[in-house]
Amino acid sequence: MSKITLAHGSGGRLTQELIENIFFKHLGNKFLNKNDDSAILPKEVANIAFTTDSFVIKPFFFPGGDIGKLSICGTVNDLAVNGATPKYIGCGFILEEGLDMEDLVKIVESMAHWAKVAGVDIVCGDTKVVEKNSADSIFINTSGIGFLRDGLDLGIGNISVGDRIIVTGNIADHGIALLSKREVFDFESESLSDCAPLNHMLTALTDSVKGIRFMRDATRGGVATTLNEIAKHNNFGIMVEEERVPVSDSARSACELLGLDPMYIANEGKVLIVIDKKSEARALAVLRNNEYGKNAASIGEITQDNPNMVCLRTPLGTTRILGMLTSDPIPRIC
Amino acid sequence: MLKFIDEYRDKGLCMDIAEKIRAISKRKIKIMEVCGGHTMAIRKNGIHKIIGENIKLISGPGCPVCVTSIEDIDSILALSRIKGLVICTFGDIFNVPGTKGATLAKQRAQGADVRIVYSAKDVVEFAGSERDKNFVFISIGFETTAPTAAAAILQAAEEDLNNFYILSLNKTMPQALKAILEDNRADIDGLICPGHVSTIAGIDMYNFIVDKLRIPCSVTGFEPTDILTSIYILTELVEKNQAKLVNAYKRAVRKHGNEKALSIMDRVFKASDTQWRGLGNIPGSGLLLKDEYLRFDVLHTFKVDKVASIPENECICGDILRGAKIPSECRLFRNICTPSNPRGACMVSSEGSCAAAYRYGD
Amino acid sequence: MCWSVPGKILDIKKNIATVEISGLKKDVGLDIIDDPKVGEYVIVHAGYAIQKVDEESANFTIDFFKGKHNNA
Repeated sequence: MSKITLAHGSGGRLTQELIENIFFKHLGNKFLNKNDDSAILPKEVANIAFTTDSFVIKPFFFPGGDIGKLSICGTVNDLAVNGATPKYIGCGFILEEGLDMEDLVKIVESMAHWAKVAGVDIVCGDTKVVEKNSADSIFINTSGIGFLRDGLDLGIGNISVGDRIIVTGNIADHGIALLSKREVFDFESESLSDCAPLNHMLTALTDSVKGIRFMRDATRGGVATTLNEIAKHNNFGIMVEEERVPVSDSARSACELLGLDPMYIANEGKVLIVIDKKSEARALAVLRNNEYGKNAASIGEITQDNPNMVCLRTPLGTTRILGMLTSDPIPRIC
Repeated sequence: MLKFIDEYRDKGLCMDIAEKIRAISKRKIKIMEVCGGHTMAIRKNGIHKIIGENIKLISGPGCPVCVTSIEDIDSILALSRIKGLVICTFGDIFNVPGTKGATLAKQRAQGADVRIVYSAKDVVEFAGSERDKNFVFISIGFETTAPTAAAAILQAAEEDLNNFYILSLNKTMPQALKAILEDNRADIDGLICPGHVSTIAGIDMYNFIVDKLRIPCSVTGFEPTDILTSIYILTELVEKNQAKLVNAYKRAVRKHGNEKALSIMDRVFKASDTQWRGLGNIPGSGLLLKDEYLRFDVLHTFKVDKVASIPENECICGDILRGAKIPSECRLFRNICTPSNPRGACMVSSEGSCAAAYRYGD
Repeated sequence: MCWSVPGKILDIKKNIATVEISGLKKDVGLDIIDDPKVGEYVIVHAGYAIQKVDEESANFTIDFFKGKHNNA
């Protein structure tokens, strides 16, 4: 099986072959194929949304996805939650000497597939190869450009007391899918990463529903962390109804086994939407009509009480604090 | 639907039991839950808030991480500095600081080979497949976990592994219960007895509490219905001035426990005196390897320097572990002592009373 | 303390059982329980089965107030 060597990063013949035979072959389009130092993009009359993210996940093939899929969806979603239509992606690869060529091809093919699904073009890129042990197999950075849709003004500043909070589906699947493949926790789970491009769903939502105040994707640290970020510097509190938070039995059983709280487990394809109460029902209907929003649920609201804090109402009707994550959720025995 | 879990989380049933508790609760009483798992379950569900004003739930010392002495934490950290020795630990210990603020997490960031494991069995497998390294399993836990460590040692012996070790920090409950309950500071009226410790050790160890100390005991599971039913049982017994031992966790606890697990424990371990953080030395409450298995004791093979530990003067964890005081009565609670900067036993583990009170708030 | 979860034994190979917890499957050690059988439920702690679930007593706390169980 052929492997990536330092020569592939030298800029010479092997680099060119790598670019032609893998990157251009799978990701090619009219912009990329020009192979200029920068991609010259058509004029657009709209505010530009611009984001960047780096992906270092391990294992890089996991149940429900891979690092390539993640690198496209993560950046697409970061644009989409701000009300922008994602259009162009740039990507940088850092490859560790010794990476299997076959793995690289699979990852790039995955990126091509999901870019097509999301409707974005990869218009520029870069590759570097580093010595063995200088990088963990493969790191990918993607930057994304999107264009803000007319009439949308999303921001934390729009949030007011009485607004409702929606989550677009089952939580904790991504983190559990990854844990199931980690060395000693080795268990067979039905959980698949929820990594997915959510832009079409969110465009359908903003096209048909008014009153959306703010959106954010709930990634590392889980739903609890993202809610705390939203509440943190503001003069409102958040109350979550524990019973309404959608969690699959599959993710629940893994959390029961390992002593974890699903509210703090990572997601990759879930958005928290703060919305005017009056628009809640319509928003849920639109989301549930999309394959990535089937389990969308209204889980809480913005409150006057307990500003800057996130509280949880338990099934028994009592309330407790749902605090900030202090460190990586670690499976416990005691 | 998670079988043998969700049935005991029925909201209607729980609210019903809570109402019945409030109906019979006339006197002001204190019920202690010994086990950290019960503390977590109570706080997480807010059970302490629906049983009325008369019943105060007090957390006890059943949090193995909380009661691991700081000297033992320092020993673990010292072991992590030994080249070629891989530290294998449950996640619970990973972020617990030693005397100088070091943690296994920080040690790992500095290059120490520290692995979080789910089971002692995993460590035996590591040792079997990576013969060029030495592996030490940091064995914490009470009677529930000790047999699993013992089983791992027997497996290592059978596989003739010379690179598998344990650091035995296991403790047993009866002596600690005696020490706490015979000390009158806490003035406990009823005891929610540990569930899974009893699964292994049986329920006879609680007889002295009922017979001699006249405190009713209920062996309890970890789901809301289990805990609420036990609180009802105990409240009723206290109101009637009756001291009885009730097994309210029959699905997992037999009177004589798990005899096979106990015999394996007995084969590998012997009782010893040991330090409980916050409670001092409790004779006969520790477990050390018997001579036949001493070769698996990491301290028998690797030398570790003792670090002089500095006691935290204003920490009242000892009183909290005994149930004599609650977290909010500690000067350090919340301002100096927090989960990311714990100063005492009750804050170091997420299921310690102070950590639970901090995390879930009130 | 003693975080454990009940699961059903699907398969036994030598001293290891594959246990299922609502779709999740995990291999656990059978070193410390007697006579485990496929189809039985066990309590799983730290990678080992520590006791069989007594299914007949499973409803003790659920049925407590229905007068089906004594206070002893």
